[in-house]
Amino acid sequence: MIVPLLHVLILAGILFVLGLVCVLVWRSNIIMMLIGIEVMLNAAMLAFVGGANRWGMADGQVFALMIMAMTSAEVSLALALVVYLHRRKRTVNTDEFSEMKG
Amino acid sequence: MEQTLFYILAVVAVIATGFAITEKHAVHAIVYLVTSFFALAAVFYLLGAPLVAVFEVIIYAGAIMVLFLFVIMMLDLGHPEKAGRPGSRDWWPALLLGGITLAAVISLFSNQQPTAPGKLPFVSIHDFGRTLFQNYGIAVEVISMQLLFALVGALYLGRRR
Repeated sequence: MIVPLLHVLILAGILFVLGLVCVLVWRSNIIMMLIGIEVMLNAAMLAFVGGANRWGMADGQVFALMIMAMTSAEVSLALALVVYLHRRKRTVNTDEFSEMKG
Repeated sequence: MEQTLFYILAVVAVIATGFAITEKHAVHAIVYLVTSFFALAAVFYLLGAPLVAVFEVIIYAGAIMVLFLFVIMMLDLGHPEKAGRPGSRDWWPALLLGGITLAAVISLFSNQQPTAPGKLPFVSIHDFGRTLFQNYGIAVEVISMQLLFALVGALYLGRRR
């Protein structure tokens, strides 16, 4: 372990909070919200890898890989939804999508 | 040496992410985010996970971010610089909530007594593959089904009608 686990977890916490702030601030832009979710998932991966290094187990790295696969599935679906919604309303502003029909 | 490198890369990742979330253009934000992911990949390598570092560069910076770029360039977003960035009304509640969360996390972590780690086994790629396909074989199958469903869903949503 080159640095204490505490420092790795604090870095992961800072990155997670930055992603959270991104999601909360850019409520009106659906693409920036997705970017915030990416940042948060990366912070979770960093916490997993730090734990794997601290205890010398490969399980944390395996779950980092699982998060990566989950993210790629999520992003492909979410971006397909963005394209679909943009085709309907010609905008990516989430306030425009408050109705169910039309 | 490695410690210094870790802290430098951590600062680079945090600053690049900070620029990414305040940037008005989505394309610029994604370029900053790629910088942040490269720094994080180097952090993963320093933490003894070379395979995760390589996948971070290939899948995150290489595939997911390029997918974002493709979609942003495919959509006709007009002039994003005229849309304006969120005002202070949007910023202060988010910063307040984020600050509270961060303070809670840091105070929680720093209460733990740091235990001196003994000589730990190095996680080699061999161990990684063995754990992945022996202990978590079912999870790999479930993930493959999930990727297939995501592919079908994206094709269904993206078709022209």
